Amino acid sequence: MAIFLTADSKVIVQGMTGSEGSKHTTRMLASGTTVVGGVNPRKAGTSVDFPRGDGSGLTVAIPVFGSVAQAVEATNADVSVIFVPPAFTKAAVIEAVDAGVPLIVIITEGVPVADTAEFFAYAQAKGVRLLGPNCPGLISPGKSNVGIIPSDITGPGRIGLVSKSGTLTYQMMYELRDLGFSTAVGIGGDPIIGTTHIDALAAFEADPETDLIVMIGEIGGDAEERAAAYITEHVTKPVVGYVAGFTAPEGKTMGHAGAIVSGSAGTAQAKKEALEAAGVKVGTTPTETAELARALLS
Amino acid sequence: MDLFEYQARDIFERHGVPVLGGIVATTPSEARAAAETLLGADGATGVVVVKAQVKTGGRGKAGGVKIARSAEEAEQRAGEILGMDIKGHTVHRVMIAAGASIAKEYYFSLLLDRAERRYLAMASVEGGMEIEQLAVERPEALAKVPVDPRVGIDQAKADEIVAAAGFDAEVGPKVAAVLTKLWDVYREEDATLVEVNPLVLTEAGDVVALDGKVTLDGNADFRHEDHAALEDAAAADPLEARAKEKDLNYVKLDGEVGVIGNGAGLVMSTLDVVAYAGQQHGGVKPANFLDIGGGASAEVMAAGLDIILSDPQVKSVFVNVFGGITACDAVANGIVAALGILGDEATKPLVVRLDGNNVLEGRRIIRDAAHPLVTLAETMDGGAAEAARLAATA
Repeated sequence: MAIFLTADSKVIVQGMTGSEGSKHTTRMLASGTTVVGGVNPRKAGTSVDFPRGDGSGLTVAIPVFGSVAQAVEATNADVSVIFVPPAFTKAAVIEAVDAGVPLIVIITEGVPVADTAEFFAYAQAKGVRLLGPNCPGLISPGKSNVGIIPSDITGPGRIGLVSKSGTLTYQMMYELRDLGFSTAVGIGGDPIIGTTHIDALAAFEADPETDLIVMIGEIGGDAEERAAAYITEHVTKPVVGYVAGFTAPEGKTMGHAGAIVSGSAGTAQAKKEALEAAGVKVGTTPTETAELARALLS
Repeated sequence: MDLFEYQARDIFERHGVPVLGGIVATTPSEARAAAETLLGADGATGVVVVKAQVKTGGRGKAGGVKIARSAEEAEQRAGEILGMDIKGHTVHRVMIAAGASIAKEYYFSLLLDRAERRYLAMASVEGGMEIEQLAVERPEALAKVPVDPRVGIDQAKADEIVAAAGFDAEVGPKVAAVLTKLWDVYREEDATLVEVNPLVLTEAGDVVALDGKVTLDGNADFRHEDHAALEDAAAADPLEARAKEKDLNYVKLDGEVGVIGNGAGLVMSTLDVVAYAGQQHGGVKPANFLDIGGGASAEVMAAGLDIILSDPQVKSVFVNVFGGITACDAVANGIVAALGILGDEATKPLVVRLDGNNVLEGRRIIRDAAHPLVTLAETMDGGAAEAARLAATA
C-alpha cells in the first residue's frame, strides 16, 4: 500500500540522459526503484548503463526510448519523473499525459506558472495525477522512491508525511528516523501544484499502512487553511502540523515562489490557528513537531 | 515582479489596451516638459494628473496624486511629490498622465486562483474604491468568473464576465473588447496578476484603463528578454543586489544573526528557530534569509558568507545544512575553504550544524580544521540557541 506508489511501480525518467536525470536515476535504482526506461528522441534505441541497486557492483542497461508513448508501450510504465529544463517541461508533461501515464512527478524548478496552469488543466481533464513542479518527489521507503529524496535517512514505518519543502521533508524524516514512514510526499512550493496537501491527506486517511500524518506547510496562499477545513470534515487519523515562516516579513518572497506573505492572509500564525482549530497539534520547530508526533504514536 | 503603474501602462498600450497618454518623469523639469507635451496633444482636456510611482496602494490618500492645469503647475506638483515617503516607499518617479472626464468607474482583475489551480477574473461596475473593501462589504457587486488557462478570455468568456458583472448593453461590448486585450497582456507577458482599477467610461463614451497593476512571473524571464529592463534596480537593498549578481537567493532582514541554509523551507524554519532562541538572548533576530540550494560548493558558500559578513548588523552566523543530495563533507569542505578565501575578513563567530548525508565525515572536517571562529552544533535548535547567545554577547 502506502500512497501513490507501490513496490511494483514502473518508472520512466524524462531527462534521464541529462546530468540531473542520470544522477538521480542512479540514486533511485540504488534505493530499489524499478526504473524501466528513459526518454530522449535523439538517443532513441540506445541504452545507459547504471550501477545495479543491489550493491553487486554490476550494471544494468536502462533503455532510452524516442517518446513516452514508446516507453510505455514497451515497459508498461505507470510513473514518469521529469528532470527536463523549465522551457521544455510543459511539452514533457503533456507528452506523458497523452501516453497515458497515471502519475507524473515533476522535479524541475523554475517552470513558468502559466505553463503549470495549462498542463495541470490538461492532466486534470484526463484524470492524471501530477506531483510538483519544483518538488523533491515522493518515497515509500522499502518500496519505491521517485524523485530526489534521499533513501538512506529512514526506513518503512507508519507515519505519512506531506510537505511543500524538500529539505524540511528530509529534516522531519531524520527527526523521526527511528519510527519510519509509509510515504513521504514533497508537493512543492510553487503557486500552482498538481497534488495538494488535501490530496495527500485524503490518500493517507485511506491508507491502512499509515497511522499518523505529519503535515508541513509554509507561508503564502491558503492551502494550509483549506487543509485544516478538510481535516475537520474528513480526517480521523491524528495529524501533527508544522508551518515555516513565522518571522518572514510581508511582501518578500522567501525562495519558494509561493512563499510570500501579502496582507494578513497567508501568515504562519493564521495557518497555525486554522490547523489547531481543526484539532491538529502544531509544533513551533521541526524538533518540537517530531516530539508531538512521537507522543501521539506511543 | 510587481511593475510600476507607468510600466503597466506602457505594456497595456503595446497590447492594444486603451490607455491615456502618460509620461514618466524623475525631476520637476521633466514633469513640466511631459505636461507640455500632453497638454498640447490632440483631444487634451486642459488637465494633467501628477501621479507618484510607488509599488503600494493608498497613494491618493497620502497626497501622491495631484491635478495640474498647466505645465508650471505640473512642475510644482511634481516637486512636492518627488521624494515623498508613501508607506515606507520613497517616490523617485512621477507619471504625468493626460486628464480624462470620467463618467463611470469600473474594476477588473485577472489573477491566479491557487486553490482551483486556474485563473480567476473579477469584475465590478462599482470601481474606484478599494477592492478588498468592496469584496467584504458588497460581495454581490464583485463578479468572480473562472478562466480556463488553456482558453483564456476569448470573446465568449469576455461576454460572460461582462454579463456576470452587470454591465449594461451599451457599454458591455466595449468592456468585453478591452478584456480580451487584457488577456493578451496576461498571457503574452506571463503575468500572474493584471488589475485595472479603475477601468473608466469617459464622457466621450470610451472605455479606458486609467490605472494598472501588473505582476510578472520571474520563472518566465527566459522567454522575455525585455523584462529584465523593468527591474527597479535602485530600490533593491545593496546587499540583495550583490547577492543577486552572484545568483544567491538572499533577503535582507532586520536582525543580528546571519543565517545560511539549504532549501527554502529549511531556511525559513531556521529563521523562526533563531527568532525563538533570540527571545532568551536579548531579543536578537535573524539578519537575513539565504538559501544556498542543493549544491553548496565552496564558491557558493564563500559568496554567501561574504555577503552575510559584510552586513554590519550581523554579530554571529548560523549555518544550518541538512545534507540530502549534497553530502555534509562537501558542505564542510565548502565552509573551510570559504573561511580560507575570506581570510582576515571573516571576523564573526560561526555556528555550524550539519546533519544527514555523510554527517560524521562533515563534522570531522570542521573539527579538524579547528577554525577559532567556528563552533559545531549537534542539533538545529541547539545551533540556533548558540548563535543567538553569541550575537547577544558580541
